[in-house]
Amino acid sequence: MEFIELKDCSKIYKNGVTGLANASLSISKGEFVFIIGHTASGKSTLIKLLYREEKPTTGSVCVGGIDVTKLRNSKIYKLRRKIGIVFQDFKLLPKLTVYENVAYPLASYGYKTSEIRPLVLSALEQVGLKDKTRSFPHQLSGGEQQRVCIARAIVNKPRLLICDEPTGNLDPETSKEIMDVISDINKNLGTTVVMATHDKEIVNRMKKRVVVVKEGLIDKDTQKGSYK
Amino acid sequence: MRIFRIIGRSIESSFKSIFRNFSLSMASITCSIITLLLVSIGILLSYNINNITKEIENELTIVILMDKEISEKEITLTESRLEDIDNILSFKFVSKEEIKKDLQAQNETYAKIIETWKEDENPLQDSFIITVVDVRDINETATTIKNMEHVSVVKYGESMVNELISIFDTVKNATIILVVALILVTTFLIGNTIKITIFSRKSEIDIMRLVGTSNSVIKLPFIIEGFLLGAIGSIIPILITIIGYTYAFNSLSLSGITNILNVIKLSNPSEIVYITSFILFGLGSLVGMIGSLRAVRRYLTI
Repeated sequence: MEFIELKDCSKIYKNGVTGLANASLSISKGEFVFIIGHTASGKSTLIKLLYREEKPTTGSVCVGGIDVTKLRNSKIYKLRRKIGIVFQDFKLLPKLTVYENVAYPLASYGYKTSEIRPLVLSALEQVGLKDKTRSFPHQLSGGEQQRVCIARAIVNKPRLLICDEPTGNLDPETSKEIMDVISDINKNLGTTVVMATHDKEIVNRMKKRVVVVKEGLIDKDTQKGSYK
Repeated sequence: MRIFRIIGRSIESSFKSIFRNFSLSMASITCSIITLLLVSIGILLSYNINNITKEIENELTIVILMDKEISEKEITLTESRLEDIDNILSFKFVSKEEIKKDLQAQNETYAKIIETWKEDENPLQDSFIITVVDVRDINETATTIKNMEHVSVVKYGESMVNELISIFDTVKNATIILVVALILVTTFLIGNTIKITIFSRKSEIDIMRLVGTSNSVIKLPFIIEGFLLGAIGSIIPILITIIGYTYAFNSLSLSGITNILNVIKLSNPSEIVYITSFILFGLGSLVGMIGSLRAVRRYLTI
């Protein structure tokens, strides 16, 4: 069984808009997959199905052996602890320092302070921010804030890293740096990466598997693909 | 151990939140203070009123004077009739000879007057002193006794008793209504504070959800915050209860009022203040928790 498996997934929103129509997709462990498409093409819906922010109207979604469709609301956290999520808008807590932001998930799971520290420092080292532990988000550049977000996503050593347009708010140079960080995580830790983006340059440079979503349908799925 | 760490971190986060929304928290705490103060007054009043009423009831007796010329047989008959009345707890026969002796012993003036009587002369009447079961039915009991044969006079302080009891009842009921209303207002206010806390921390809650925090861990700090608002609000009323009541008790005792009006006295502080404090703390925390639980259930959609 594949690490991620979507079978005949459709998502029709309450207002009648079709987010996804009969999509099927398999992703193996350790893969790096770009999900690309125009705005409102359905790529965000697809991504949200993976971390159970949305539930498919029909079809099934399996992530790391968990049947996401059958997951009760009160048990979603069990899935999310196995996944790291990186957002376009970073979603950092402004009143917490870099260290506290990265430690936040672990603290809320009830980890000991002594257990938290090495994990946080290792995650920050991975993203190259070990010297900024005491800074607050507003003291950091956009790229640095995104690195903190990545560190928070990988601090619990997840098997899957979901990135929803992580470079959407960054300039090309910083985007490249962020992509290098994510690519390293994929290579060094063996973390599966699923990334929604419409940054052509990044997709073309990385030469990874590309899934194109168009009008709610999976239009193309190519290994070492590109974005035209 | 993990659960204790989570609770510890939730308590820390609740305290931070109370300080972050300081003015709102203060409004809730003030409301709990006022409510709990009134609850305290209500409890202390009710307890003392109950005690005083009991005291009055114990002190209250019906005295009946029998006809002047009455035989032993008629007295025995009266005794058996009194035994048949349900509302009579106990009765004691006091013969006119006993009364005469009592009067002589009690007061010199009485003794001198009685000395002027002839040896076998006694204008007094044989009497019964009766204690009733329920003082509220004392009127009926008195009427029944009055209708009995050989009974000449029935005496008891009916109007004073009735008035006192009805005043006490009114005070008690008004206090209960006021306290219930204030408890509702406090629950609502604390709920409102928690609601605003939830709204102001919406992005934080979203992030918690996304990073895999369980629902109960997300909700816990809000419930603890409600508990804390109520519990903090009970501190001042508890202090006022302990210090104020002890002060009132001591000054009433010193002033001598208690000695004059033997019945009207406050109960000993040790009997009541600690249990009242415990009730205030429990009630404050419970009201706070109920308020926050309502807000969490309504506004914290996960």
